[in-house]
Amino acid sequence: MSVSLLFAIVLVLALVGYFLGRANASGLKASGKNLHSIPPYHGYYIALWCGLPAFVLVLVWQAAQGSIIDQILIAGLPSHLTEGTSAARVSLILGEIKNVAAGRVFGTPEPAVIEAAEHYKSLQSTASLALVACTLAVAVGGIAFARARLSPDFRARNRVDGILRGLLIICSVLAILTTLGIILSLLIESFAFFSRVPVLSFLFGMEWSPQMAIRSDQVAAEGAFGAVPVFWGTIFISAIAMFVALPVGLFSAIYLVEYADKRVRSFVKPLLEILAGIPTIVYGFFAVLTVAPFIREFGMSLGLDVASNSALAAGGVMGIMIIPFISSFSDDAISAVPQSMRDGAYALGATKAETIRQVLLPAALPGIVGGVLLAVSRAIGETMIVVMAAGLTATLTANPLEGVTTVTVQIVTLLIGDTEFDSPKTLAAFGLGLVLFISTLVLNIVALQVVKRYRERYE
Amino acid sequence: MSDTTAQSGKPKERAWYEPDAKLSRRHAADRRLRIYGIAAIVFALSMLATLVGTIAITAAPAVTQTMVTLEVEVPEGAVDPSDPRGGSYQKILNESVARIFPEVDTPRELRELRQIFSNGGQYALRDKVVADPSLIGRTFEITFPLSDIGDQLHKGEIDRNLPPDYRRVSDQQIGWYDRLVAQDRISAPFNWGLIFNADSRFPELAGLWGALVGSFYALLICFLVSFPVGISAAVYLEEFAPKNRLTDLIEVNINNLAAVPSIVFGLLGLAVFLNFFGMPRSAPIVGGLVLSLMTLPTIIIATRAALKAVPPSIREAAIGVGASKMQTVGHHVLPLAMPGILTGTIIGLAQALGETAPLLLIGMNAFITAAPDSMFNPSTALPTQIYIWADSPERGFTSRTSAAIIVLLGFLVCMNAIAIYMRKRFERRW
Repeated sequence: MSVSLLFAIVLVLALVGYFLGRANASGLKASGKNLHSIPPYHGYYIALWCGLPAFVLVLVWQAAQGSIIDQILIAGLPSHLTEGTSAARVSLILGEIKNVAAGRVFGTPEPAVIEAAEHYKSLQSTASLALVACTLAVAVGGIAFARARLSPDFRARNRVDGILRGLLIICSVLAILTTLGIILSLLIESFAFFSRVPVLSFLFGMEWSPQMAIRSDQVAAEGAFGAVPVFWGTIFISAIAMFVALPVGLFSAIYLVEYADKRVRSFVKPLLEILAGIPTIVYGFFAVLTVAPFIREFGMSLGLDVASNSALAAGGVMGIMIIPFISSFSDDAISAVPQSMRDGAYALGATKAETIRQVLLPAALPGIVGGVLLAVSRAIGETMIVVMAAGLTATLTANPLEGVTTVTVQIVTLLIGDTEFDSPKTLAAFGLGLVLFISTLVLNIVALQVVKRYRERYE
Repeated sequence: MSDTTAQSGKPKERAWYEPDAKLSRRHAADRRLRIYGIAAIVFALSMLATLVGTIAITAAPAVTQTMVTLEVEVPEGAVDPSDPRGGSYQKILNESVARIFPEVDTPRELRELRQIFSNGGQYALRDKVVADPSLIGRTFEITFPLSDIGDQLHKGEIDRNLPPDYRRVSDQQIGWYDRLVAQDRISAPFNWGLIFNADSRFPELAGLWGALVGSFYALLICFLVSFPVGISAAVYLEEFAPKNRLTDLIEVNINNLAAVPSIVFGLLGLAVFLNFFGMPRSAPIVGGLVLSLMTLPTIIIATRAALKAVPPSIREAAIGVGASKMQTVGHHVLPLAMPGILTGTIIGLAQALGETAPLLLIGMNAFITAAPDSMFNPSTALPTQIYIWADSPERGFTSRTSAAIIVLLGFLVCMNAIAIYMRKRFERRW
């Protein structure tokens, strides 16, 4: 029985519970009893008791069923298949068993595997039967339990509100759980990585060539995982991006707030914001299709040697993507400066430009800086543009016409198409991810603090 | 005019209202700043125009697909009517091609001749016969795509004046193609295959259907998870939560989650959903869950803003007539905030639709030639399909990539337009 059908049955049972509770309460009311809560709340109470535990049970069961069946299968395998073999080999055997069970037989599997496949099938059908039985039992039990507690002076509304409030709290704690999940998964995998490659040689090594280690015994722990060139590439491309985005964003914000009339502003501002709504993969394709060839041809005509995946192309296109971040943050910051400060400057005879440079910009600086920091964190974490337009080889160069690689590019290339989780190659991606997460987190926290302080100042 | 001020040293007689040199300089600086501003805006907008323009221009060839029409005879013995799937349709097609080009007989020439036609012809023929087995034993017309090089010949993308070594087709192939044109067998209808075909190694057969279905499932999961959870979290934080350490922590958390790089969510999905829970790789359900974690902060922030906009008098009135806090929120505050919440949700979903990096990490860039049957089957999504095509070396994929981008941008424009419309239509000022 499919899970969605099971959910539907639980839903129907909950509905039945609702009408049961309501009818019961209405009956009590009709017989002249004074109810604490209106009848629908009696219904809700039963419905919640019926639906919630059953729903949670199905979810937990689904999450756990696979691995429990796997454990039983492995325990049941003959010893010559499991003893002394690696975890990867065992998971391979498991995959074979499941393939055989599904009828996809390649070659002639061992008799033990065929036997296990039969076992697997029977376990699966038992499990799904047990799931249906347990769910129905829990749902009906919930109805019975809740039904027994109903009485005229039962505080159904308070109980229902309490349950709902609990659900709301669980939902808002999910945000913390997500962060915890990110931190834990990054930390655990990174520890596995750092147990093979020393932290210091990762953070300060000058040589990055993880693809060299093809077999696990071939890993040159010292030397192959030095991430400095990767960090440098990230900083370099982000710097190019900010070099493009900062002046363009700032000047357009100044113009839109201080010079442009309302019509122009209401027309140009949404257009600029379109730039922020375009998916990054589109920018990546634009960089490969148009910008990189253009820069290459232009450089060639000047007699320069330009790589086809130059840092300039990737950084420049990323800069275009970031323009709206800078411009809208600067726009907000400059608009938030009180009109009285402008009026004061004008009254002293300052021109608009002088007012902007000497009064508005200094006053808006914290807001602008906050926006710039957020934009930098955005640039560091940006993935698709660099995956498509930047290079794969880690070079330490300050020449924007050469190709450099970034943290995000390396994460993607290390993990694409690779399911093996115990090679240093894939684990290195989590090490890089940890560095990326920490650096963007610090930038974000600082930026949000700066922006918040600034907002408080003028509110 | 010999007595200009500076040289003669004599102060110029000027009226009080005439600008002096310093004031002109100051005004020039003012004009300069204005010009910088205009230049910056012109630069940004011209980049936007270049981006959209080049994508649209490169996508243009993919709007139509060059097709060829052949008469095919399916002999009685060639296909078993009880099992029409098993016939050797390539052979049947080759025979009907040979009837048009009887002089071609060396293996090398035959191979070159076949390069003009798409490999998908046999499947088109098979599907036609399977749908109508009475065709067996008859001669009928069938229309199917030309191959990538035939398509480009038709669209004039191959320069015939180049020496043969510099172009991808031989003189002979051009001659054969011209004969097909002369016999009026070539047509170029609208490229429905781009939408309704699944992915393929051959550009003329590749389409977006699998990616569209995959993206639909992923967005559905994303909506089903992030919408209720996001609203609940926002309602709790805005309406119920006491001001304490925990709620402060949650707030900071949500703001930071909104700014975590998307690829980190991909790492989370890989480590937790795939590795820890053992969910299927490349499946839309995992993609949807990862996207929902990313969309959650957007929805929470939008919902809180919408809840804040509902005036306290509404809450006080409801509580005044005896509603509980939960009833107040459920019956009065939430319905009033709903337009704002939905607008924020649609914008969040639009962002999720364009998100690529996390989907790459959970393997939604696999090569899959059929649309997924369910959300547990391997599949691609729209942006990852664009990534796959952009990486493919065949020339024909360039225009298809751009066309796929246009489709993606079309969806985004529609979603944002709905959001803006809803904001305009239902927004209430109190």
